[in-house]
Amino acid sequence: MSKQNNSSFSDNRLIHWFKLSSPSTFYPVAGKLIPIFWTLTVIFGVAGLWISFFVAPVDAVQGQGYRIIFIHVPASWMSMFIYLVMAAWAGLGLVFNTRLSAMMAQALAPVGAWMAFLSLWTGAFWGKPMWGAWWVWDARLTSELILLFLYLGFIALQASIENPRRADKAGAILALVGVVNIPIIYFSVKWWNTLHQGASVSLTKSPAMAQTMLWGMLLMALCFWMYSIAVGLMRVRTIILERESHTDWVRQLSEVKR
Amino acid sequence: MTATTSHTSIADYVLQAHALCCVRGERQLFADLDLQVHAGECLHVSGENGVGKTSLLRLLTGLSKPESGEISWKGQAITMDRSQYHRDLLFLGHRDALKDDLTALENIQMYAAIDDINLTQEQAFSSLWRFGLRGREHLPVSCLSAGQKRRVLMARMATRQAKLWILDEPFNALDVNAVQALQTLIAEHLERGGLVVLTSHQSIAIPKVKVLEL
Amino acid sequence: MNAFFAIIHRDLLLVMRRKSEVLTALFFFVVVTSLFPLGIGADVALLRKIAPGVLWVAALLSTLLGLQRMFAADYFDGALEQLVLSPQPLVLLVAGKIVAHWLVCGLPLVLIAPIIGIQFDLDASSLYVLMGTLLLGTPVLSLLGSIGAALTLGVRGGSILMSLLILPLYIPVLIFGAGAVYANSVGLDSTGHFSLLSALLILALAFVPWVSTAALKIAIE
Repeated sequence: MSKQNNSSFSDNRLIHWFKLSSPSTFYPVAGKLIPIFWTLTVIFGVAGLWISFFVAPVDAVQGQGYRIIFIHVPASWMSMFIYLVMAAWAGLGLVFNTRLSAMMAQALAPVGAWMAFLSLWTGAFWGKPMWGAWWVWDARLTSELILLFLYLGFIALQASIENPRRADKAGAILALVGVVNIPIIYFSVKWWNTLHQGASVSLTKSPAMAQTMLWGMLLMALCFWMYSIAVGLMRVRTIILERESHTDWVRQLSEVKR
Repeated sequence: MTATTSHTSIADYVLQAHALCCVRGERQLFADLDLQVHAGECLHVSGENGVGKTSLLRLLTGLSKPESGEISWKGQAITMDRSQYHRDLLFLGHRDALKDDLTALENIQMYAAIDDINLTQEQAFSSLWRFGLRGREHLPVSCLSAGQKRRVLMARMATRQAKLWILDEPFNALDVNAVQALQTLIAEHLERGGLVVLTSHQSIAIPKVKVLEL
Repeated sequence: MNAFFAIIHRDLLLVMRRKSEVLTALFFFVVVTSLFPLGIGADVALLRKIAPGVLWVAALLSTLLGLQRMFAADYFDGALEQLVLSPQPLVLLVAGKIVAHWLVCGLPLVLIAPIIGIQFDLDASSLYVLMGTLLLGTPVLSLLGSIGAALTLGVRGGSILMSLLILPLYIPVLIFGAGAVYANSVGLDSTGHFSLLSALLILALAFVPWVSTAALKIAIE
């Protein structure tokens, strides 16, 4: 996930890429990148929150409380996006047998789960004043809940298997199966929602978005994205230290020697 | 449906491993290991508990993948044509791999079907009788003693017609007679040009044994 | 193909020798479905309404119970290694085990469900639809379950973990299966549900055996 200078695609770049796939070379690079992403998080966050609180207009129907969608919607987007990225890393780790890719997937899972949980929580806070119920079984919220289950399953599976390599590969299979199933699950939940047309409330049936609201959501989404990368890199560094603790280069590190 | 092989002479049957490195969990068990077993040879892998004997055998069967290095059978890497390698290979691990609820005869026949061997009932019976199981063929395996279960396995080994035998602690928990029977079986197999790789805590009375210390 | 039938024959033979295991899962299905009227009340109209969901959820849970048996016994007595080392394609052997599991855990559910459906006062056509959806859906449950069973082989707390992994994947089958029965009971057309269930079955048949085989090889390593 770290970026190299975007020079022309030469052999040099390919070699750099493979060198970076070793935990020992990636560790310091990640360490240098983390502050950059935290800075970006703060910048986007301030901009996004400013728009959502001060610039975006008050909604005629929903009043001030609707502003929570500026957290809710970006969190949903990120929870889906992170699952795809996590599955991609896990798949790469399975195909190319690289430990670092699997570690990236392991690092991202809790971040994605947290995003899904945040989306559900803010969805409830939005729903309560609007529709009078803490929980509404609409298609999106229900799919988000199922996505949270998929994340928890992945985390639980990796935590239960003692052999780290087996945990990596088993988790990869689970993540890939999950990725294939997510469209199917989403489609079936939408189908279910229309069939049992109970409450016709839907968190997505909001009136047309004002331009500024979209901007606010985009900026918050970018903020969450930078946050996810920053936290993901921090977590992967910890995982690298844990799993490579028997190697020489880890023992030589200043933070370990202390 | 048995595979047809081109005329392979005895000398072509060779098991080779080159620069094998094995990692279990986060521990490296052994690195840069080479070995060669030719037709008619028996390799005894010896060493203390936990040194990696079982891991090596599992690497040789292809059940586990080595961290680095390669294993070849008849000059071809075993990852190339797994089905053919499995056809030539018989592996016996620590556990019996016999279904307790099935009879000895059913176990033999079931394995013949899975191993793609044509086995008539007469052949199955005569193999079981050879190893002293006359009268016990129709008993569920759970009723047999540990030694008798091993004899059922020997019957399977005899009917399997595999060229390469990889045996993990085959003499464990065997009485003197069973040990004798197994040693005879292995010696016959070697005489026919077969190959054997085994681990054992005891010393084995088989002619021409190469020893590999881990 | 020889191996495929040999494995089915072997697994069925093993089940015959230990019938109690199979009957327990079936009794579980009956007991669980009986709990709902006891918990909710015997209002016939209400029971008729919840019947599709209750029966399908009970079918899911019973299948989960039976999934422990698929690979665990072979794993612990070493027979699974022998299967992996067979000259015949492992995919065929795994597919055979899944079919045997369905014959033992899924098909009995299809046959006993109408009787339970009568307890919930479902009408005759809904009972047919129920059997049809279970007939299409229980193989998908066995197939998807095999992935979970293979991934959690030998893991401590594996059975609960397996349920956590598989239940989200079961949700589409539940929705289409129960939805078909519900649609039929209120007079709507259920052919859409059936075609979706069939699509799921075909997809699962095409891909899942390979995924389970890969998961098994990882567990054996």
